[in-house]
Formats: sequence, structure tokens, C-alpha cells
Amino acid sequence: MAYSLNVNGRIHSVDVDADTPLLWVLRDVIGLTGTKFGCGVAQCGACTIHLDGHAVRSCVTTIESAGSSAIMTIEAIGSTPKGSVVQRAWLEEEVVQCGYCQSGQIMSAVALLNANAMPSDGDIDDAMSGNICRCGTYPRIRAAIKKAARGGSNTGNGG
Amino acid sequence: MYAFEYHRPTDVKQAAELVAQLEETKFLAGGQTLLPTMKMRLAAPANLIDLGQVAELRGIERSADTLSIGAMTLHAEVANSADVRTAIPALTELAELIGDPHVRNRGTIGGSVANNDPAADYPAACLALNAAIVTNKRTIAADDFFQGIFATALDEGEIITKISFRVPSQAAYVKFRHPASRYALVGVFVAKHADGVRVAVTGSGANGVFRVPEMEQALSRNFAVAALDGISVPAEGMSSDIHADAVYRAHLVGVIARRAVQAAASSRA
Repeated sequence: MAYSLNVNGRIHSVDVDADTPLLWVLRDVIGLTGTKFGCGVAQCGACTIHLDGHAVRSCVTTIESAGSSAIMTIEAIGSTPKGSVVQRAWLEEEVVQCGYCQSGQIMSAVALLNANAMPSDGDIDDAMSGNICRCGTYPRIRAAIKKAARGGSNTGNGG
Repeated sequence: MYAFEYHRPTDVKQAAELVAQLEETKFLAGGQTLLPTMKMRLAAPANLIDLGQVAELRGIERSADTLSIGAMTLHAEVANSADVRTAIPALTELAELIGDPHVRNRGTIGGSVANNDPAADYPAACLALNAAIVTNKRTIAADDFFQGIFATALDEGEIITKISFRVPSQAAYVKFRHPASRYALVGVFVAKHADGVRVAVTGSGANGVFRVPEMEQALSRNFAVAALDGISVPAEGMSSDIHADAVYRAHLVGVIARRAVQAAASSRA
């Protein structure tokens, strides 16, 4: 079936079966491979994207239900104000170890900061609870989110 | 995941017609349980009927003594609703504690109630708040709706349209959650209405969500933690798994119930 998807501000026309998860469409059809396939069964968060600004798991989002919603992936998040601050904080805190989960982590972090500009430790833990990191980079993720919340400065408690 | 046909009705009538015409159907609400289950090949419906475009199933309505939530309303919408927070703040807290943000951004109250997972949160709220489960065919009292693990009073093809909660004078939900799955190991919803107190427990019963009549009677006489002195729930009938055995769960029910009463008694009357 033919679908028209709004991905990162661009309209993509794709022809896929109606039972195709959005993650497959993004990666295999449109070629945006920054969004990762982790577990495929809504457990890990590696496939996190934004649907109208909200963090969702694209592995269990059907292409039909995406409809005309604005889809944003890791490829474009750096062009948003919060996204660029978060990515810079990620680099400065050297959050990444193996990196596989990190595009999902960043998408969840940006969704958090867009909703809550100055999150507490509890807010961060809750907002990031849907994203698993097997390398255990959680302390650096928290530090980077706090740095980004301060606008990327090095002052204050880095966690 | 096995192949399936995807259907997208735009009203309840169309959805009911589809389910009557097609074989091996499943309704898709938020998909936070059903889609992973299908991907693990534990479910293989031939036809998936997505209720996501059915506008009449969404929204929150408040009257003096009831709060009605459309079946396709997202957990995040419940958590962020000013009407819910004003009418039943305990329900706001419950919605905030469901899963993680991804789940709350997609999962729905109707999907949770229809699934009746033994560790889900909403069934406890339905029982404690004496909710009416409204379907496209009838209205079912929560007491009659939940019929054991993943079992409900819903007939084949019946669609929940909304859930109407009685607004309590005081209520609280306290959850002891599993740190990884964030499901309730024990969750207790306590609600006080003019005609008495209800205590509903999720996460622990071998038969799913249940009420605790002994606690309810004691709390109806005296809505205070002290009223629960000497009251415990037996380990028989509790579920037992790698995370918590029946004895531990039974003990936790007592602890969490007391915390819930404490929180409810100090909430605004």
C-alpha cells in the first residue's frame, strides 16, 4: 500500500504492506538507519523516535497509526534547539560506550527536556526508564541531561 | 511476527461490523502489549482492527460524581489531565506510574482494562472506584468485569467505549513496582465513598485483581491506618514467581495497603 509519511519535515512516499512496523520503514525503505533495531519487542527503547514530539518505540508503532503525525528521528534531532544542546552535552560528557542504544537515549532525553526544562534526578530516571543501556552508561546519561538542562555549561552539579 | 490484515475503522459501528465479518480478529488499542506479543509469535491474529482512528473513543468527561475516560485515551493524557487531577488525583498518580514514557505515550486505558493483566494498574482503580465499564453493548460493573488473569466479562467482539469512575471523597494508589518491568508486584488502590471504603489489590492475586473485604469493613468504620491493626491477607491465593513468592506478596499487600490508607487519609477530603 502507498503511504505518505512526514519524516524530519520531509514528505516521503513509501509503498509497503500495512502490517510493516514504522522502524522497518524508516530503516529499510527510507534509509534512515540511525534509529536502531534492539529487541524488536518494545523492551529496550533503541528504536525510540518522536511522534508529534512524544517519545515512542517505532518497533511497535504501525505505519498506519503514524498517519500524518510528524515523525522525527535521530538524524534530524540535532537541528532542533534542545537536540543540539543534548548532542553537545553527550559528546562533552563522553556518554557513549558501544553506542548502540544511544540514538534512542538521546531521543528520550530531548523529549524529556522539551517537556521539563529542569528535570530532577527522579524526573530523569522516570523519563529514561524506557531505554536500556547494556554498557551501563546511566550515570553519564544523567550528567549529560543535567548539563543540557543548564544550557550546556559546566557550572553546577554535574551529577 | 506473522502476516496479518490491517483494518482501520473510524467509528465504533464500523469496528463492530468488521469484527462480525472477519475471522481471527483482535482489536488494537495502544499496542503496547499486543504488538510485542505478536512479535514474539504468542499471538497471531489474521486481522487486526486498529481503534486508533475512532474519535468517539477518546476524551475525558467530568460531572459532579463521575469521571468518564474514553477507552482510547492515552495513559499520558490521563496523567496530564487537569480534570482527572481535580476529580481523582489518585488516578493521576496511577497513570504517571504506568510503565515508562514510551508506554504512556501509546498505551490506552481501554486496552489495559480489556487485557486485564494481573499486574496492570487500572484494574485496581476500576474495582476500588466502583467503575462502570461501558461497552458498545452494555454497561458492566467492575465487580463483574474482571474474571481472572487476562479474563474479562467482554464477549467476543465487544468493544469498551469508556470507563466511568465514581469520584471518591478520598483515595490513593500505592504501588510497589518491579524495577525493570515497572509492573506492580503489589499495587493497592484505596477509595472512600459516602457508602463505604473499597480496597483493591493488583499484582498479587493468583486470579488477578481482587478486593479485601476485611480491610474494607474495618476502614468503613474508621478510615485510619490503625483500623488495619491485626488484619493480614493469607498467602493462599497469592501468585508466586521468581520476583516474589506468595508469602512475601501477602506481607507486602499489608504494608502497601497501610501506606495507601495513610496517603488517602491525608489527601483532601
